[in-house]
Amino acid sequence: MAIVTFRDALNQALREEMQNDDRVFLMGEEVAEYNGAYKVSRGLLDEFGPMRVVDTPIAELGFAGIGVGAAMVGLRPVIEFMTWNFALLAIDQVVNAAAKMLYMSNGQFKMPMVFRGPNGAALQLSAQHSQAWESWLAHIPGLKVVTPATPYDAKGLLKSAIRDDNPVVFLEGEMLYNTKGEIPDGEEILIPLGTAERKREGEHCSIIAHGKTVLLAIQVADTLAKEGISIDVIDLRTVRPMDVDAIAESVKKTNRAVVVEEGWEVCGIGAQVVDYIQRECFDYLDAPVLRVHQADVPMPYAKNLERAAKPDAQKVTAAVRKVLYKE
Amino acid sequence: MATKVVMEALSPTMEEGRLVKWNKNEGDAVKSGESLAEVETDKAIMELVARGDGVLRKRLINEGDTAPVGQLIAVIGAADENIDALAGGGAAAPQAPAAAQEVEPGAAEQLPQEGAAPASPAPPAQERPRDARTSVPDDAAQSQGEASTPPQERDRTGAERTSTGSQGATLAIGSSEPGDRVRSSPLARKLASERGVELGTVQGSGPGGRIVKKDIEEAATRPKGAPAPAAAQGAPAPVAARRISAEGDYQDIPLTQIRKTIARRLAESIGPVPTFYLTAELDVERVAEMRDSMIELGAEYKVSFNDIVLKAVATALQQHPEVNAHWLGDKMRYFNRVHIGMAVAVEDGLITPVIFDADTKGLADISRESRELAKRARDRKLKPDEYTGATFSVSNLGMFGIEHFTAIINPPEAAILAVGGVEERVVAVDGAPAVRKRMNVTLSCDHRVIDGATGAKFLQTLRRLIENPLMLVY
Repeated sequence: MAIVTFRDALNQALREEMQNDDRVFLMGEEVAEYNGAYKVSRGLLDEFGPMRVVDTPIAELGFAGIGVGAAMVGLRPVIEFMTWNFALLAIDQVVNAAAKMLYMSNGQFKMPMVFRGPNGAALQLSAQHSQAWESWLAHIPGLKVVTPATPYDAKGLLKSAIRDDNPVVFLEGEMLYNTKGEIPDGEEILIPLGTAERKREGEHCSIIAHGKTVLLAIQVADTLAKEGISIDVIDLRTVRPMDVDAIAESVKKTNRAVVVEEGWEVCGIGAQVVDYIQRECFDYLDAPVLRVHQADVPMPYAKNLERAAKPDAQKVTAAVRKVLYKE
Repeated sequence: MATKVVMEALSPTMEEGRLVKWNKNEGDAVKSGESLAEVETDKAIMELVARGDGVLRKRLINEGDTAPVGQLIAVIGAADENIDALAGGGAAAPQAPAAAQEVEPGAAEQLPQEGAAPASPAPPAQERPRDARTSVPDDAAQSQGEASTPPQERDRTGAERTSTGSQGATLAIGSSEPGDRVRSSPLARKLASERGVELGTVQGSGPGGRIVKKDIEEAATRPKGAPAPAAAQGAPAPVAARRISAEGDYQDIPLTQIRKTIARRLAESIGPVPTFYLTAELDVERVAEMRDSMIELGAEYKVSFNDIVLKAVATALQQHPEVNAHWLGDKMRYFNRVHIGMAVAVEDGLITPVIFDADTKGLADISRESRELAKRARDRKLKPDEYTGATFSVSNLGMFGIEHFTAIINPPEAAILAVGGVEERVVAVDGAPAVRKRMNVTLSCDHRVIDGATGAKFLQTLRRLIENPLMLVY
């Protein structure tokens, strides 16, 4: 069992899938000579050569479109955006081309491609570069949206995403690249898209999270465990399709839920989760479901304000106490 | 935009109000906050104030009329505004004010639809399926801001806000109007129906009295026929907490098994509040001396026996929080502060204004306050927060020549002291008969909270204070 960083787990997934299938190629800004802005593609140019690890100009709409074309003719492109904030320039290809190709071609063209890159706030990157895009992207029928929280999940989910015949949006928490976790050596890891995982077992309250906020949920669960409050932490892992059964099973057990996400409140992923909960678990709820999310403002640059705007352990703890009627 | 004036709930338990006097005539200019009328509630005469600026365009009930809470009773609007739709009749059919009394509750918000003239500028009525009982306060809340519904439970931090948006107020966590529907979580409702628990008999421990899973589980384990906790007796427990609910002002005592058994068994035996009585005859010779010598110092130092009794009771309660207590169904609440309810007879009943923090007040303050409160009570001028929040009550019928009586506990309070008159009696003093001023007091105790010895110890302390009034300055 090796301890591997999140970035190296992604690197392993890319390498294994490129070794496994020569139709898989990686394209994006600085992915080849520079080994990727976040070093996710380290060593891939040396191993697979410039035909399969392709540096592009700074032209997101162009190379996303090339990826769509490549997928139409049978290749399996992985398109890296240096951050998802830059992917806004390419969103027409993601939403109007990739997501709709199978439908509008009456099933003639599959779209076996992955759009991946860092997502969400890091530290003091200010309003334009600190955004969590999953609710935008999960809104679109035809896309799958994956948000891993651990190196193991990142590897297993990226491999599954590359093998999927649908366009998959793969969102990598920018602050997660350096986090570490165990990954067994020499084992094929494939995690089916659309399955959540219970990261902590508990009975008093469910915390439902995805991506970076799963770590927050685990931290809160471990702290509250010392007070005798046990939390069921559900990591969605994929926000579209969403594992409604896992959510319902947990909430029916605990009767209370707090939904945590990195993005904004309005029309957020949490809103969708709450909708599922009220439909599936109405008779099991003993308290209103609460949400924790980023403050409804563009991310401030000032360190103190940025901290105040982000979801944190204190806010999650307060929400948990509130649904437990403990305040 | 016109503002509806509705009969507001001016006391926690008010269901209807009698309009005693209009303070504004039709056509008078009114400002938000200005008094429109005097309204007699079930407890006092209160002022009904305007919730909007403009001209009092229409009065829909007459002085002396009674209207249920929520009924439209007047309309404030701009001088030239068409208010026909609001005032309940089209221009073609002007309506006598008296007729408006027959508007049944719930009809207020139908009027705009039915009565709207084709050219009426009134906005379309909001169509929401609503229960007639709750629709009027809802409507009032819309037209009068926070006038008659308490502020909605709404959180200020992003972390804790429920994502119900600005209209989230219509959810179950919204209104807490007295007489509103029983609030309960979906899970609690499901459990209640599975276990045959009547929701109306359960006191909710959740926010705003919401019944939650825990409450149903506790209710389900209570034997049939056993009384529900205080709320079921109509005791205004949540209201009573108003001025005393601050953290640290009391200590909640979880019920031990023996306490639960005592509570259940004794309540089965004697009724919802299993009361017992402890009587003591106190020697008030020294109190009388003290009182006389104070009067000699000047009329301004005159205090009544009752004032001294109140002071002594407050001091004793300070030392006996287990008597200065409330029974809350699932727990007992021992108060660290002493708020004494003082029973005052009024023309058609009685009311107990409260002397707050009586243990920290001097005799002069207690005397002045009790005099003022009694007067305001008789004039029916007490405000709700002046007669709620007592932790303990005292009733004195001495002035009617009563030697001894028992008073009935006012739930959720756990005890009340009945004070008889001061009389000269022949008693044995140091082995010889002597004539002494004596006074009987009887403590009625809720046995669920107070045991015989507990009450007796309190009376012991009270006796020491009354018989040695100098202790009151200690």
